[in-house]
Amino acid sequence: MTAEYHVPDTALEVREIHKSFGGVQALKGVSFSILKGEVVGLLGDNGAGKSTLVRCISGVHPQDDGEILINGQEVEIKSPQDARDQGIETVFQDLAVIPNFDVSKNLFLNREILSSNPILRFFGWLDHKEMSRQSEIALKRLNSRIPSFREEIKNLSGGQRQAVSIARAVNWGADIVIMDEPTAALGVEQAAQVNNLIKLISSQGISVLLISHNIQHVMEVCHRAVVLRHGRAAANVLIEDITPDDLVGLITGAKRAA
Amino acid sequence: MTFLSETRSQVFHKILNREYFVYYALILVIAFFAVVLSETAFLSTPNFMNIIRQTTPITVMAVGMTFALAVGHIDLSVGSVVALSALVCGLLVDIVPWPVAVLAGLSSGLLVGLINGVLTEWLKVSSLLITLGSMGVISGIARVITNLESIPITNDSFTYIFGSGSFGSVSVMFIWTLLALILGWVFLSKTRFGSHLLAVGGNPTASRALGINVVKVKITAMVIAGGAAAMAGMLYAGRLHGARYSLGEADLLTVIAAVAIGGTSLFGGRASVAGAVVGSWLMGVINNGLILWGFSTNEQIIARGLILIVAVAIGVKEDRR
Repeated sequence: MTAEYHVPDTALEVREIHKSFGGVQALKGVSFSILKGEVVGLLGDNGAGKSTLVRCISGVHPQDDGEILINGQEVEIKSPQDARDQGIETVFQDLAVIPNFDVSKNLFLNREILSSNPILRFFGWLDHKEMSRQSEIALKRLNSRIPSFREEIKNLSGGQRQAVSIARAVNWGADIVIMDEPTAALGVEQAAQVNNLIKLISSQGISVLLISHNIQHVMEVCHRAVVLRHGRAAANVLIEDITPDDLVGLITGAKRAA
Repeated sequence: MTFLSETRSQVFHKILNREYFVYYALILVIAFFAVVLSETAFLSTPNFMNIIRQTTPITVMAVGMTFALAVGHIDLSVGSVVALSALVCGLLVDIVPWPVAVLAGLSSGLLVGLINGVLTEWLKVSSLLITLGSMGVISGIARVITNLESIPITNDSFTYIFGSGSFGSVSVMFIWTLLALILGWVFLSKTRFGSHLLAVGGNPTASRALGINVVKVKITAMVIAGGAAAMAGMLYAGRLHGARYSLGEADLLTVIAAVAIGGTSLFGGRASVAGAVVGSWLMGVINNGLILWGFSTNEQIIARGLILIVAVAIGVKEDRR
């Protein structure tokens, strides 16, 4: 098993994370780390603890025991807001976008830019112009195929919607983006777009923790895979060192990590 | 060629957009009545002014209802709140200074809205059922507190401001209509709060995930709907120089039809304050036309019902797109 040394450019490290729900131990001491700009696939069968681990890191269900380190510093993540403050953004599987809003409004939802006029600001007056301007920049940064920041989300494809979710995370200056099955609801072509987007943001220095059941996607976009089994990290392997069959073997338990 | 036909279909799509439907409907209805009622004073400025004035309480309620619908709620208790707030105000107006009586009347509506909102969230039941219940409770209370009697309001300041008054030649009713339109539009379209309302109505799960306090937003929307209904109660009381348990009784269908035809989704996430105001005028014009044509209240109810069904049919088609 790969040892978890502290290296300077580690973006996120979790150490000995424990989490129980009632009498059930969902996580029994999980440790791994993600380097800057690295895409790490988090794999495991249903009930292996993937979702629980993600909820600990994103602050939805704080861990019972163990540490989370960002850039080598231990941090307290007790709420989703704490996670955001630490530069961790989550992109959800169920397309967390508002169908009747345009791209710009979705990108800035609950982080709206208010008018610089103090009186208007008091009433929560939105600065649509500035948000549009920044949206255009954000979309350009991701070379996305979204036609315009004025387009309503409901007129976009599933892949484009997911791209908006990812753009939102990146736009908020996330250093670490957690993606929970971002391609599960998408067709082949759309999924490929999202995968390209993941590679792109990784090349821009953003770390990605990708939860996926799709071995092919993991092999394509991830640098490394962490396999959870029964609440423990059963394997932590470089993608270039492993075959898809062996990866499946690690998930099902048919194969053990070297 | 392809390019041309595409643009043409896009243009058609834009023209047929649901947002504008209420304006076309209003023009069509006016044109229809102008022909049918050419012998009468239907097509005259005073008549239209009169329609807008008479419709003001409906307009105000429709703007409030737009907020409830925007978050995916509905408020069936608005009609009963009209009666309650008017009665509260009417009972107090001779005892306390009239502005205090108005505040008390408005507060009764805000309170009902708050209770509706909190109960809906707390019990996790549809607002349709909660407000159906509160409608019954409140209209019962309105009957009990007055023994079915009317409360006359003789305070001149009150009836001036909420009824017969005017600035120059402009009736105060126009001012109230304009105020409802501007406040509602600014709040919903220009502020962060309005944006959150529509976000919550469009996708509550996503809104929660992004850190919006969904419960608070939904309760606030119900408070606004209740407050607007109470304001309508003041306007009725001012115009009629009194309050009665039956005020607003027949308004629920009119209000919902006006909002729905105005382009607001009955399932949340899409709302138009301007559409609701114009929708209320459409209802006013239809009422007025039917009266001039010699139809009774009964036919007006049928017309309202049909409009609601048409509006919902168009809306559902759009929502499924």
